[in-house]
Amino acid sequence: MSQEPVRLPRDRAEDHPLDPPPGLARLREERPLARMRYPDGHVGRLATGHATVRAIAADPRFSSRYELMHYPFPGGPDGPLPPAPPGDMTGMDAPEHTRYRRLLAGRFTVRRMRELTARVERITTDHLDAMERHGPVVDLIEAYAHPVPALMICELLGVPEADREMFTRRAAAVFDAEAPVEEQTAALTRLGEYVHELALAKRKHPTDDVLGELTRTDLTDAELAGVGSFLLAAGLDTTANMIGLGTLALLRHPDQAAALRAEPESADRAVEELLRYLTIAHTGARVALEDVELDGQVIRAGETVTLSLEAANRDPARFPDPDTLDLRRKATGHLAFGHGPHQCLGQQLARVELRVALPALFTRFPTLRSAVPPEEVRLRRNTSVHGVRRLPVTWDEG
Amino acid sequence: MTGRKAAGREAAAVVLRVDRDRCAGSGMCVLTAPGVFDQDAGDGRVLLLDARPPAGPAATAAREAAGLCPAGAIAVRAAPAPDR
Ligand code: HEM
Ligand code: SF4
Repeated sequence: MSQEPVRLPRDRAEDHPLDPPPGLARLREERPLARMRYPDGHVGRLATGHATVRAIAADPRFSSRYELMHYPFPGGPDGPLPPAPPGDMTGMDAPEHTRYRRLLAGRFTVRRMRELTARVERITTDHLDAMERHGPVVDLIEAYAHPVPALMICELLGVPEADREMFTRRAAAVFDAEAPVEEQTAALTRLGEYVHELALAKRKHPTDDVLGELTRTDLTDAELAGVGSFLLAAGLDTTANMIGLGTLALLRHPDQAAALRAEPESADRAVEELLRYLTIAHTGARVALEDVELDGQVIRAGETVTLSLEAANRDPARFPDPDTLDLRRKATGHLAFGHGPHQCLGQQLARVELRVALPALFTRFPTLRSAVPPEEVRLRRNTSVHGVRRLPVTWDEG
Repeated sequence: MTGRKAAGREAAAVVLRVDRDRCAGSGMCVLTAPGVFDQDAGDGRVLLLDARPPAGPAATAAREAAGLCPAGAIAVRAAPAPDR
C-alpha cells in the first residue's frame, strides 16, 4: 500500500514534443492517484485519470487557495505559496472567488464573445495580409500567434488605439521564452503598471469595454487593477501558444490540415480536439480541506493534489485512441480549460479566436509548411504553459 | 407509445432544472444546447429557456450539456410518460 512517492514527470520525449511526458501515461495506468513528493518535500498526490481529475476539480472539499498549496514544479517557495493577490481569482475559494466570478462572468458569456467574432476576423485578416506582403520566411509566433490574442486583450481591457503598439510589444517581451527571466519580470511589472493606470483612468472616464464596465461595480482600485493584470496574464500566453502549437500540430499532420481547409465549417470540432490533444495549460492543483475517500484511498486534509490535465486528456478510458490527433472526433468533455467552479472564464473568447485564426491561416496559405526540419523547431521546456518559441514558416508565392 | 421509434440514439423528452447558486457562468450549456439554455447578461449565470425539451436533438443536446456543466448545476430527468 505504502509505495514510494513519485516525482511529477516533466520531460517530454524528444521525438514526441506534442505528447505529455511519457512517465504520466505509465502512472495513469498503474497508479492514477499516486502519492507524490513535491520539490519542497511535501508528500501529496498526483491525479492522472480523467474521472479522478474531473471529480477533484469539481469537489468543494478541495480548495484552490494558494496559501494552502505546495507548488508542484521546481523553483517554488520552500513551503506553501503566498496568497493570491487581489484579482487573482484562481487562487481563491468561495465566497471571495464567487464574488469575482459573478462580476466577470456576464462579460464573458457565449453571446458577448461571439459578438467579438468580427473583430477577430478583422485582426486576423490584417495580420495575414502583412505576412503575405512580407513574403516567406516569417516567424509565425511573432507575426500571428502572439499579436492576434494580444490585440483581443486590448479590446477587452479597452486599451486606447494609440497605446496598442506599445502594449503588444511589451506583452511580447513578457512571454519571450528566449529572454532572461529578469527581462521578462521587468516587462511584466511595467505592463502591470500600465494596466493599473488604465484601470484608474477608466474610473474617471468609464468606457464600455470589460474593464470600463467593472469600474461600475464594488471592486476597489486595487482589485480592479488586479483583475486587469490577471486577465492579461491568463488570456494572452495561453491563446497565443494554442495558435502557435496548434499550427505546428497541423503542419505535422498534413492530412488533418487538408481536412480543415476543405471544410472550414468543421473548425468548431477541430478546435476542441486540438485543445484536448495539446492541453497547453497542462497542470493544475487543489488542496484537501478534510480527509476525502476517493478511488479506494484516503486523501488526508492538507495534502496538495496535482491535477495532470494533459494526462487526463489522453486517458484511453475517456477518449479512444487518445494519442491520435483526429480533428473529426468529438473531443468535448476534455479538461483543457479545467473543470469545476474555476473552469476557464475566458474559454468562450479563446474558442472564438481559435475558430477564426486557425482556418483563416490555413486557407490563406494552402502550401504553408515549416521552413526548418522538425528537429529544429524549438519548443518550450518546463514552462507552465506548453508552446513553441519560434515557428519559421514558408509557402509558395503565387 | 408505438409508431414513434425515433432514430436509434435520439434522447427521449427530458425535464430540466438548473441551480443558479451553483452555476459558474461557464457558458458550456449555451454552447452545447443553445435553444435550451441562455446566460444572464449581468452575471453570466444560466437561464433556462426550455425546461421540457421534446424528444430529439434538443433533448440530446440538453443531456450532453448537463454532463459537461463544470458546476453540476443542471439536473435532468426523463419526462413523465404522456397521458394514456
Ligand atoms: C486556449 C486558451 C486558454 C487555455 C488553455 C486556458 C486554460 C485555463 C485553465 C486550465 C484554467 C483553470 C485553472 C484552475 O482550475 O485553477 C483557466 C482559468 C482561467 N482563465 Fe483561461 N485559458 C485560456 C484562455 C483564457 C482567456 C482568453 C482568458 C481571458 C481573457 C482566460 C481567463 C481565465 C481566468 C480569469 C481564469 C480563472 C477562472 C477562475 O478561477 O474562476 N483564459 N484557464
Ligand atoms: S454549463 Fe453549468 S456552470 Fe456553465 S453556465 Fe451552464 S449551468 Fe452555469
